[in-house]
Amino acid sequence: MRCLALLALALASLLPAAAEAQQRTRLMVYTALENEQLQPFKQAAEAALRDIEIAWVRDSTGVITARLIAERANPRADVVWGLSVFSILQMEGLEMLEPYTPVGADALRPSMRSDRNPMTWTGMDAFVSAICFNTAVAQQRNLPRPSTWEDLLNPAFRGQIAMPNPNSSGTGFLTLAGWISRRGEAGAWDFMTRLHDNIQQYTHSGSSPCNNAARGEFGVGISLDMRAVTLRNQGAPIEIIVPTDGVGFDLEATAIMRGTRNLAAARRLADFAVSRPAMEVYGRYYALLALPGVEPTVRGYPAAFAERLVDADFRAIAQERDRLLRDWAARFDGKSAPRN
Amino acid sequence: MMSDAALSRPRLSLDQALMRGGLWLAAGFLAIFLVLPLGALLMRAFETPQGGFAGLANLAAYVTTPALLVAAWNSVWTAALTALIVVPLAFAFAYALTRSCMPTKPLFRAVMMLPLLAPSLLPALALIYLFGNQGMLRGLLMGNSIYGPIGIVVAQVFHCFPSAALILSVALSTADARLYEAAAALKASRARIFRTVTLPGARYGLVSAFVVVFTLVVTDFGIPKVIGGQFPVLATDVYKQVVGLQNFNMGAVVGLVLLLPAVIAYALDRWATRQRAATLSGRAVPLRPAPRRARDLPLLALCLVVAALLVGIVGVAVWGSLIRFWPYNLSLTLDNYDFTRFDAAGWSTVWLSVRMAALVAMIGSVIVFTIAYVLERGRQDGALPGMVRFAASVPLAVPGLVLGLAYVMFFNHPANPLGFLYGTLAILVLNSLVHFYTVCHLTAVTAIRQLDPEFEAVGASMRVPVWVTFWRVTVPICLPAILEIAVYLFVSAMTTVSAVIFLYGPDTKPASIAVVHMDEAGQASAAAAMAVVILGVTTAAKLGQLAVGAVVGRVTQAWRR
Amino acid sequence: MGASASDAAVTEGAPTRAAYLEVRDAGKQFGSFVALQRVNLAVQAGEFVTFLGPSGCGKTTLLRGIAGLDPPTTGRILQGGRDITHLPPSDRDFGIVFQSYALFPNLTVAQNIAYGLRGPAWPKARVKERVNEMLGLVGLAEHAPKYPAQLSGGQQQRVALARALATEPGLLLLDEPLSALDAVVRLHLRQEIRSLQQRLGVTTIMVTHDQEEAMSVSDRIVVMSRGRIEQIGSPAEIYTQPATPFVASFVGHSSRIEAVVDTPPGTVVAQGVRLPATGARLMLYGARVVCFIRPEHVRLHPHDAAPAGALMATVTGLEFLGPVVRLSLEAGPLRLLASIPPADLAALGSLADGKVAVTLPPEHLLVFPDDV
Repeated sequence: MRCLALLALALASLLPAAAEAQQRTRLMVYTALENEQLQPFKQAAEAALRDIEIAWVRDSTGVITARLIAERANPRADVVWGLSVFSILQMEGLEMLEPYTPVGADALRPSMRSDRNPMTWTGMDAFVSAICFNTAVAQQRNLPRPSTWEDLLNPAFRGQIAMPNPNSSGTGFLTLAGWISRRGEAGAWDFMTRLHDNIQQYTHSGSSPCNNAARGEFGVGISLDMRAVTLRNQGAPIEIIVPTDGVGFDLEATAIMRGTRNLAAARRLADFAVSRPAMEVYGRYYALLALPGVEPTVRGYPAAFAERLVDADFRAIAQERDRLLRDWAARFDGKSAPRN
Repeated sequence: MMSDAALSRPRLSLDQALMRGGLWLAAGFLAIFLVLPLGALLMRAFETPQGGFAGLANLAAYVTTPALLVAAWNSVWTAALTALIVVPLAFAFAYALTRSCMPTKPLFRAVMMLPLLAPSLLPALALIYLFGNQGMLRGLLMGNSIYGPIGIVVAQVFHCFPSAALILSVALSTADARLYEAAAALKASRARIFRTVTLPGARYGLVSAFVVVFTLVVTDFGIPKVIGGQFPVLATDVYKQVVGLQNFNMGAVVGLVLLLPAVIAYALDRWATRQRAATLSGRAVPLRPAPRRARDLPLLALCLVVAALLVGIVGVAVWGSLIRFWPYNLSLTLDNYDFTRFDAAGWSTVWLSVRMAALVAMIGSVIVFTIAYVLERGRQDGALPGMVRFAASVPLAVPGLVLGLAYVMFFNHPANPLGFLYGTLAILVLNSLVHFYTVCHLTAVTAIRQLDPEFEAVGASMRVPVWVTFWRVTVPICLPAILEIAVYLFVSAMTTVSAVIFLYGPDTKPASIAVVHMDEAGQASAAAAMAVVILGVTTAAKLGQLAVGAVVGRVTQAWRR
Repeated sequence: MGASASDAAVTEGAPTRAAYLEVRDAGKQFGSFVALQRVNLAVQAGEFVTFLGPSGCGKTTLLRGIAGLDPPTTGRILQGGRDITHLPPSDRDFGIVFQSYALFPNLTVAQNIAYGLRGPAWPKARVKERVNEMLGLVGLAEHAPKYPAQLSGGQQQRVALARALATEPGLLLLDEPLSALDAVVRLHLRQEIRSLQQRLGVTTIMVTHDQEEAMSVSDRIVVMSRGRIEQIGSPAEIYTQPATPFVASFVGHSSRIEAVVDTPPGTVVAQGVRLPATGARLMLYGARVVCFIRPEHVRLHPHDAAPAGALMATVTGLEFLGPVVRLSLEAGPLRLLASIPPADLAALGSLADGKVAVTLPPEHLLVFPDDV
């Protein structure tokens, strides 16, 4: 009998505590933001919206997107806050987003907000593909410091470069998209074919090239700009290089999920996400913000950073995504024996 | 005469009805938490992304992708190579544990379990520290890269060793001494006895060890993802399709392909069971090895080497959790254990994991053992027992990613009355339980089959209901096995990643997921630290099992002389 | 002469008293394998009946059918006038001892015996009393707190017996209860089982493949072969008047002789050897028969003092068995076994050259039509 009681107790503890007082509206927010950004973002939002509580579900872009789509029949997320615009556009195509133009969204840069009316998403900031360059390894192996993508074709880099597999990682696709936007498709394929000779590994994870470049596993990792901060803080001899010959960029965006049970609260969070106080928080981590006139406080970015971004038509690229990835896989995936 | 009455159906007794009802419940449980979700997902292999019927188009598309054959072949040969390395090694290790008189056996038995106790990221990190491009021992690879098949096989050997060694030590511990005496009396050489008695006796164990290792390697995606570089295998193909491309249809196709090993494994297992039934004699005399230096010393040396390798790999990871930044700042620190610096949830993920794992262990051991009991001891007529048996063997072959995704789609469906489970701890618990079901089921079945088949008949002849016999006899005798199942579930639930990554909610993030997140964020030392904390918890559970086992043993196992 | 199988049940089961246990036309099929074919049997209250036969003859199947563990596919079983054919074991009234004993290894001897003593009818004090009574009955009083593994095989067997009898069942079923024990313990225990059974008067059915065991304890023996009852009868009937060639060859030793009925009536010819046989008197001329003769019925004479009609035989083997000596003989084409007291062997005085004269008393030659 005692065992039964124990079991009953165990079962009871499985269900969410119903007695919990619920004065505040709890918003389920799915995100792919970096771990260390969650707390500041949440604090800022909750300070501005006193009756809203943010409950994060955070994972890598791929996992979160897969989850959102898998949950499509019965969405659990109220808001997506901090997810690649490519994923957002994919969900837009699946009619998963609740149209809503947040108050003040018209002030955002036109390229960094939805072109629909009412809007389906709003941008937060831009992040770019970049080169994580390990200076210690470079010294050891006599690698020149690259300042452009073109520089990576130097035979000195043979077997030294890692980049994310675009089929596994959004970062990989972003990089690919940047090259295509800059060089045109044929030029991009030609560039990648030549780069392929220098690649040591196409990784499954988008963060792995930079993380492993920081550990000296690779001399060069192609990844995202904001990766490097955490790594440098830990003492990694790593330099983040934003190539001068045009980089692909991605937006972090906010959207309301269609079918949310807390629409009013979700709208207020969407309003907040485009507000100046929110932009100031974004500016602690990102160099290019969606709202003009807010000065980012993040350090270490070149002054003319914004000029290096390629002109990207996100929707056009998103529509070509499947084909581009198939082509990429046919050219570079699984065909080559692993390089030593 | 009343011969017409001969046509009447036999009436089920309360006991039999109860067992049958239990079996239906078991079937219902497995249907709701395994077959239906999995079926719903795998059905997508035959659908278009819009939900229309695609027939075999997805399969055809996949088969014509040149990468498929490469990935499938890679999966098969790395799995086979791993099994070919692990099974003999584990056999020698298990042989030393069961058939030699070497000292400190319990210690080796404990060390053997180490790889099971840690999240799979831990050996992967250790291998990078050891054999990576900056690795301390990279010279040993003679210019080859750890990223790729070498890394996969080495990490999988480490990862699969305990499973194989466990199965084989069980197989080797049930030897009939009389066979050895007979062979010795016939003047057979030691080598011949080994070949003609020992190996055939362990045949069943060898087959199932091989099958388990092969299946584990084929379905695991954690290791190839971290250390496999760009080396494509089927499991990373699933990852690519689901996480990279959000193409659930193709993900389902690959998942379906991955079920093939399960079917083969099931067939092999049934075959081996039949072979075994024929050779099992009723009254075996247990074999008690006698000391012999020529055998014991080499085996001791081998065990020391294996144990040193296992401890070494874990040791490197522990060291990795104490340094500031590999490989540029090797000063020691405890900061990595201050998890709030890396993840707002901090240590709370650990407590959540412990709570979840404890629930999986408690609920799971009850469910697994009860289902195994009604399956083994209930009437075997009809198709139901066979179906339940097959269902119980499926989870081994289902990649966690596929099961996790299946749970999302099934339990989150608006029409599912069990939808309230979604997003709670309960769904994590159930998912982990089902994910690790097969091994537990096999343990329970083995334990139950060792009982005299007439216990229930004796009880019935005295009008003692079957549940009384179950409670007073079966459960106490099988308590060590039940404890084993509980701890296995606890340990697995503490370390699992792939299935729960789709299912955790804002308040239910397990520590094993936190490890992955920290590693992704570039905080390798913190990830190692969290992995070491998990290892600490699981080791404590394992030691707890030994302690509780000793106490419980004294109380309930007094009858074992 | 013993009656054939189905008659036996009727002629011997029908009389004045109603049978305690009746098996009517019971059959059992596992897939296409027929384990039991229309078996009929009646057991009187207090009787000790043994199912005897080689392995696979269906004796255990029949026992399990009676216990309700594997109910028959056809036919009926009645116990005390109640139709129990399809009753589950727990609704029947029997105690059972398995070959493996199936003692609960985690319960002490006392707990094992007390296992079935539960419910309102068995308050603690009464259980204790009953357990002690049973322990005394099987002579294990001082072993009560021990676990089965600490007992010898014979002691375990007695615990199983005590456990089966503790609930005072109307029927005791014993499935090869002695086969796991060594010869001396076996001999001793089977007498103990018999005396216990007689003291308690419990109707008992035992399954065994050991004919000596069956002979020594049973009131009646049911000889079975290939799912059929060959003969039911007292040990003496089974031995002296086997109903079928199978029984004649299976129970006790005998020499088998294939022959053809010849003239004059009461003569058979076996591979050219003419043998007078009383049992062949009513058989048709030319019918193929099999004859059996028990070793103790073969008469030996010194070869130089052979009576008329004696066969000359060579001694090919000799076994000393204590009370008797068994000889293997070749008499022309016939191979015979003979057993004689050792003293008579000396009287034959013929072993030096290995020759001996043999006569087969016509009244002891068991003759059966050869159906095959």
